[in-house]
Amino acid sequence: MENDLSPQDKKDLDKFIKFFALKTVQVIVQARLGEKICTRSSSSPTGSDWFNLAIKDIPEVTHEAKKALAGQLPGIGRSMCVEISLKTSEGDSMELETWCLEMNERCDKDIKVSYTVYNRLSLLLKSLLAITRVTPAYKLSRKQGHDYVILYRIYFGEVQLAGLGEGFQTVRVGLVGTPTGTITLSCAYRTNLAFMSARQIERTMPIMGIIIDHFNVGHMHPCNYRAAGEEEGVPYPVLEDSQEVCTTSFSTSPPSQCVFTVSKAHYKTPNPAVMDTLKVPMLGLAFSQQLCSSRLSHQTPVLGPADLCYPATLNAANPHQMVIPGKEGGVPQGPLQPCHGALAEHGRLPSCPPADATHRLSATPSGGEDTETLSQSSEAKSSSPSEALETTFSRKVGAFVNKPSTQVTTTSLDLPFAAFATRNFDLEENDPMVRPPDSPTPDSPLHGSLNSEDSIDSGGQHQDDFVMVDFKPAFSKDDLLPMDLGTFYREFQNPPQLSSLSIDVSAQSMAEDLDSLPEKLAIYERNIDEFDAFVDTLQ
Amino acid sequence: MNCRSEVLEVSVEGRQVDEAILALLHTILLHRSTGKFHYKKEGTYSIGTVGTQDIDCDFIDFTFVRVSSEELDRAIRKAVGEFKEALSNSGSDGMGQISLEFYQKKKSRWPFSDECIPWEVWSIKVNVVNLANEQERQICREKVGEKLGEKVINIVEVINRHEYLPKMPTQSEVDNVFDTSLKDVQPYLYKITYQITDSLGTSVSTTVRRLIKDTLAL
Repeated sequence: MENDLSPQDKKDLDKFIKFFALKTVQVIVQARLGEKICTRSSSSPTGSDWFNLAIKDIPEVTHEAKKALAGQLPGIGRSMCVEISLKTSEGDSMELETWCLEMNERCDKDIKVSYTVYNRLSLLLKSLLAITRVTPAYKLSRKQGHDYVILYRIYFGEVQLAGLGEGFQTVRVGLVGTPTGTITLSCAYRTNLAFMSARQIERTMPIMGIIIDHFNVGHMHPCNYRAAGEEEGVPYPVLEDSQEVCTTSFSTSPPSQCVFTVSKAHYKTPNPAVMDTLKVPMLGLAFSQQLCSSRLSHQTPVLGPADLCYPATLNAANPHQMVIPGKEGGVPQGPLQPCHGALAEHGRLPSCPPADATHRLSATPSGGEDTETLSQSSEAKSSSPSEALETTFSRKVGAFVNKPSTQVTTTSLDLPFAAFATRNFDLEENDPMVRPPDSPTPDSPLHGSLNSEDSIDSGGQHQDDFVMVDFKPAFSKDDLLPMDLGTFYREFQNPPQLSSLSIDVSAQSMAEDLDSLPEKLAIYERNIDEFDAFVDTLQ
Repeated sequence: MNCRSEVLEVSVEGRQVDEAILALLHTILLHRSTGKFHYKKEGTYSIGTVGTQDIDCDFIDFTFVRVSSEELDRAIRKAVGEFKEALSNSGSDGMGQISLEFYQKKKSRWPFSDECIPWEVWSIKVNVVNLANEQERQICREKVGEKLGEKVINIVEVINRHEYLPKMPTQSEVDNVFDTSLKDVQPYLYKITYQITDSLGTSVSTTVRRLIKDTLAL
């Protein structure tokens, strides 16, 4: 009977129970924080360590517990419960366990409150420390993080175990008899965690959010912008060479060069004539390679975009995209360039070195430097097709002019059409047919046509630098040609600017180009089978 | 007096022996250690604070709580290490038993030495198994973790029966009840012994050794 209990004992007992309840909540909640708990032993007693145990007090938890208790104490019929639940990142929650601090009616009158009860409560807390690491929720709480978090709820009153699902287990932590009743501490935990573990597995599956955009415009933009202002990397020689090819086609072109003899009718782009001539279907690797490499070797800064666009337009005509400056995989980096809008869509790079060359090409405009390095690299890369290029090139050269084989060789060793590069000025100087000594632009009418206005201007400037008094193309006295080479040159010296190339190489034009990208992309995606087939033929 | 004796059995893999035994011994000692006593005048005393520490096992999916006392941990690890060494040096069956005994010293008159009267003995029977592959080891990790959890619940259940515990001693007798050699905590007087079961199932040598030790112990 409670009457036997002295007031002091009663007071002490109430205090013990109250602080025991608070410490119980602290232990349970701290055990579910997901971290390892470590407290220090202290030989000197401190007044605040209840039950001689170093249990830290988290203020929020104490506040919540006091709020739940609302001034009451756990007693008979009044249990204090700590509910541990799991909440996923998607908002689903599930009760994991419920810790119950209850009191039953069995009293132990003879027990000493201040000593035995206190020590036993201390022992019970130690047991709680041990058991909280044993229930299944502990492991879950240690792994909480992005996928789920562990939550706690303190309530006072009747124990609610319905949320634990079927087959929940109960473990009794311990009990302490007191003169007013027996304090019991137990835990009811869910055993049916199967659904949780399955869901966790789902959630922990990495979400592959990486979308590889072949037309990595973003990556290219800087390059693109730089290319706009940049000068080199534009394969002027390419144009030259292509012009050569085309011009060759006009002449008695070798079979391999018949590719270029496609009439305008084949050109699908509405661009001006000159350019159209270049837009021959890419029917051969050699051709592609030539064009690609020529693009690389082109050096006129302003022409860069134009030149880059050139293949684009060319490719537009051809379902099978040829080399496009881009990543190793042949991802076209064209979109970065204003005129590369069309280029961009042509994602497919034939497995020819020019692909590498074009890869370099994109780098060149952005880098703006090391044209030589780039061309060298592309030269190395284009070594394999160099043979074909070489052959074609020589033929082409031969069509117009008997170029020294060395020159041809040099060109093929280097970037195709590298002879047209300004750095090969010496060689080209001797061969005005190949290109004007001074600048790449004037060399090829086609090239000029390919150029944007800026490039044409620059070409014009180049032309100004070079004054042909007597245009007598070297080695031009070739009776094989039905047309006088010199006449041809004069005729096509200043071809009209292609409309597709007449766009200003600036951000504005690029923006317009980019705007048209989606439709172009759609077109090319529709024709993807053709592209694939073309690539297969090239391989 | 009656000595309470509890037996815990575990089957573990070789590398889990240390951690499994440590987990159980520390869980027991957590309950059988108090803060340092500081005796004041008038026969009263205050008790120091015991800190706790979570220890994750490396080879078992298990976390146990032990007293925050490096000295105590060292002493226990040393004993467990000796046991493991004896176990590995023994026969191939890999069975042994390590016992944690809590005792009281009873002063005897000269020339008799003090008696050591155990009041609680925890025996952990260890069976070492060999596993063939990593998958089995992984399963063993989890299974042994679960088993240890069950053992901890068993330990807690026994301790919470609140059966016999030595009386709190006076200052003069504290050393008869508690191990006061540690500076931060004060466990009850304990000793750890082990015996390796050889293939014949006999353990004469260790028993004799223990008898001699007990007799000579002060």
